[in-house]
Amino acid sequence: MSRRPVFRHPNLPKNDLGYTRRDYEGLDSTLCAGCGHDSISNAIIRACFELSLPPHRVAKLSGIGCSSKTPAYFLGKSHGFNSVHGRMPSIATGANMANRDLIYIGVSGDGDTASIGMGQFIHAARRNINMTYIVMNNGCYGLTKGQDSATADRGSASRKGLPNPFEAIDLCESAVQLGAGFVARGFSGDKAQLVPLIKAAIRHKGFSLVDVISPCVTFNNTPSSTKSYHWVRDHMEATATFDFIPMRPEITTEYEEGDDQSVAMHDGGLIHLHKSDNSFEVTSRRAAIDALEHYREKGQILTGILHVNEALKDTHEIMETTKVPLNSLTAKELCPGNDTLQGIMAGYR
Amino acid sequence: MNKLTSVNDFVVRFANINGSGSASANNLFAKAVFRLGVPVSPKNIFPSNIQGLPTWYEVRINEQGFLGRRGGYDFVVAVNGQTLKQDYDHLRPGGYFFYDDTRSLPEEFNRRDITVIPMPLTGLANREIENPKLRSLLKNIIYVGALAALFDMDFSVFTDSITKQFSKKPKLAAPNIKALELGYNYASTHFDGICGLCVARSDKLTDHILMDGNTATALGAVYGGATVAGWYPITPSTSVVESFDRLTRRMRLDEEGNRRAAVIQAEDELAALGIAVGAGWNGARAFTATSGPGVSLMNELLGLAYFTEIPVVLVDVQRTGPSTGMPTRTQQSDILSCAYASHGDTKHVLLFPQDPKECFEMGALSFDLAESLQTPVMLVSDLDLGMNDHVCEPFEWDDARSYQRGKVLDEAQLDALDRDWGRYLDSDGDGVCYRTYPGTHPEKGAYFTRGSSHDEYAAYTEDNAAYKRCMERLERKWETAKTMVPEPDISINDEGAGSGMIFYGTTAHAATEAVALLESRGTPLNTMRITSFPFADSVAEFIRCHDRVFVAEQNRDGQMRTLLINELGGRPGISPDKLISIAHMDGTPPDAVSICDAVTQKMKGGAA
Repeated sequence: MSRRPVFRHPNLPKNDLGYTRRDYEGLDSTLCAGCGHDSISNAIIRACFELSLPPHRVAKLSGIGCSSKTPAYFLGKSHGFNSVHGRMPSIATGANMANRDLIYIGVSGDGDTASIGMGQFIHAARRNINMTYIVMNNGCYGLTKGQDSATADRGSASRKGLPNPFEAIDLCESAVQLGAGFVARGFSGDKAQLVPLIKAAIRHKGFSLVDVISPCVTFNNTPSSTKSYHWVRDHMEATATFDFIPMRPEITTEYEEGDDQSVAMHDGGLIHLHKSDNSFEVTSRRAAIDALEHYREKGQILTGILHVNEALKDTHEIMETTKVPLNSLTAKELCPGNDTLQGIMAGYR
Repeated sequence: MNKLTSVNDFVVRFANINGSGSASANNLFAKAVFRLGVPVSPKNIFPSNIQGLPTWYEVRINEQGFLGRRGGYDFVVAVNGQTLKQDYDHLRPGGYFFYDDTRSLPEEFNRRDITVIPMPLTGLANREIENPKLRSLLKNIIYVGALAALFDMDFSVFTDSITKQFSKKPKLAAPNIKALELGYNYASTHFDGICGLCVARSDKLTDHILMDGNTATALGAVYGGATVAGWYPITPSTSVVESFDRLTRRMRLDEEGNRRAAVIQAEDELAALGIAVGAGWNGARAFTATSGPGVSLMNELLGLAYFTEIPVVLVDVQRTGPSTGMPTRTQQSDILSCAYASHGDTKHVLLFPQDPKECFEMGALSFDLAESLQTPVMLVSDLDLGMNDHVCEPFEWDDARSYQRGKVLDEAQLDALDRDWGRYLDSDGDGVCYRTYPGTHPEKGAYFTRGSSHDEYAAYTEDNAAYKRCMERLERKWETAKTMVPEPDISINDEGAGSGMIFYGTTAHAATEAVALLESRGTPLNTMRITSFPFADSVAEFIRCHDRVFVAEQNRDGQMRTLLINELGGRPGISPDKLISIAHMDGTPPDAVSICDAVTQKMKGGAA
């Protein structure tokens, strides 16, 4: 597999940590030219660069499928884990339990999440694992050449032209129902919206879902597919325009009051939503579900931030684990010692 | 009629109804024997049901210290009408049939070769126990009190046990002691001298303990430094993680009262192992506990952990298979499915504890092995060991012992590297490579973990030579594992013996006694207890040195025999027909007499 050139232009812009955008890149993609997933990888790169994340403090995990290949294409200085089909959430859960101090980005596909991995997906959401879960959703199985997935809309045609007879699973609606604290939907063809979505998701403490419609140019970019570029562009409705403002006191004091809605993130960052007629209270689960259902009935795809709740406890807080990463504890802190053991022995005599 | 007479050598069987509270009463009896210093082996034989079905509790008392099942019952406490006739019929001639005569025995109960001991348990309870809610529970305690008198046991041991048991709920101690006294006094008055069986204080047990294997395994995980457990409830492994959870809540808190352990009840077995694998990848000592059906589900991730070389511990408490089998009965039938779990060429390190002490020691060791070898390690126990109490020596922990974390590069070591680092480079030639934890270094040490074929630098490859190199290195690691796992326990009883016997895990108890029986009949056998897989060279040597070797185990197909043949069969002096299977598979622990008889029969039959 080819690697990108080592050469760096000396004047590349640097972020607060002194890293350039190149420091967040990975290997060259081997996905099909025009694949929506590559756009999402680039959005992740840009989001991490703009957030000034230390690349090596990110752990990137995935399952199996075209989408799950993408962690190789971003954050080359991070540890990656390409696990097995649909099991990424449990691997990420264990990794998070071992070291709560890293930033976890899970990448999955619609087959990987909504079928074989549905069980693990919903339980990661309900446990509120502190991770960003990005679904690259193209409504089909790419690696096995175009079969319908569980997110393909009923009636939409697959590559072979047959209409899908079954209802689609809406991952965003499921996540909201399960109590996920951050739920958003983006479109790989709308980077202006997608990058701040990913940035806000990463900064959210707890489980954050970013479901990204990402057309499969080879098997599912037909006019009759509801996951094609042109269909999504023609039927996309955004909740509201918004900014994500990272924690910078001099900036967070500048936002304007009025009709806009602002949500403070746990680290002091701010999601600043500029309301429009179609906006709703993003902190309300019911409003999010109503809005999703409303646009579904209209045959439209609602994108943007759908729900945010920064007050939820993440898994570590719920379980009251120590604030020190468990993988860093020493034998002295873990082993109760022989005297204690002999006390225990006495109880079994 | 010749009544059975014995001091400290007999078998009592309790026939009860599941969910009637009998288990704690029966356990009180077994514990009293133990506290009198007499080796005792209680076994709970229970149905996969919460309430209403028949359940048995068998207590073998044996001063010589043989703690496997003996076969046959000398004394039956029959308080289950559903099985009354069966319990009556199966009692050994000369034995004692103790029953609740609130309802009299039917006419067909007319054996003349046993002693019948009728006691109005229900009537006594109804008359003497004021609280109606406690009557059915304390009826069981009444018969325990009666046994104390019938077996001439030191009554204070019972009352002391009750006092200790209810130290935090003293109000409950009084009615229990009253029930004990009711039974004791009734039996003393009505049955004086009727029973020839006796439990006398002994010095055979000194500082021994009585503990179940699952608790011991959990303690091993605590002392071994496990911090993450992902699990899904399944009998008979459930209490491993429940105990770990309980113990760590008590013994592993930081200064602010927060826990130094994460225990997650997963949505299924796949996720349970996934959590442990993810934690192992990220540098925590992690484990899961399950049984055969769970191992089946975990195959996929076991293969991933093997090929990606992630340390993780799996505790398999075996039960009866295949499929759902008999969920609450014991067997050793996961041997092959554990050894070769998952598709492709995979092999896993297995440890076979025989008692709680080894559950503790191997439990702790398993984490050292997993991290040293960067591979899954399975502690293969069974229901008999996991859920029943066993007498064993107390555990010790060397406070100077440090955890073997294996080949892990920290930030300073990565900085000091003067050459290229590759996750799967075999720098030391032992097949075990150097790994890094995520987040260690800003520039060095990051790699991609993947279950697809990878080269020495963890890069995806479908290059045939690179794949072959990887698989051959894993084979080298397997050879390294042979030098690190526990050696077999070999006992040469007779230098000239042409025959040997192999056993492992809980089969050891009955097999050891069977060998003693055979020796007393003039047939000495040397023995080897296998404690781990891969097999050390001494395992092959033991087989080679004998003309025939019996393999005693608890499954139909002789799975350990198959594993031995598969791994060692091509070596000089090791032919398949030399290994003779002595299989026991009815879901109960094997007994010494059956093993002894099977060996004798095979010898007469001219087995090679």
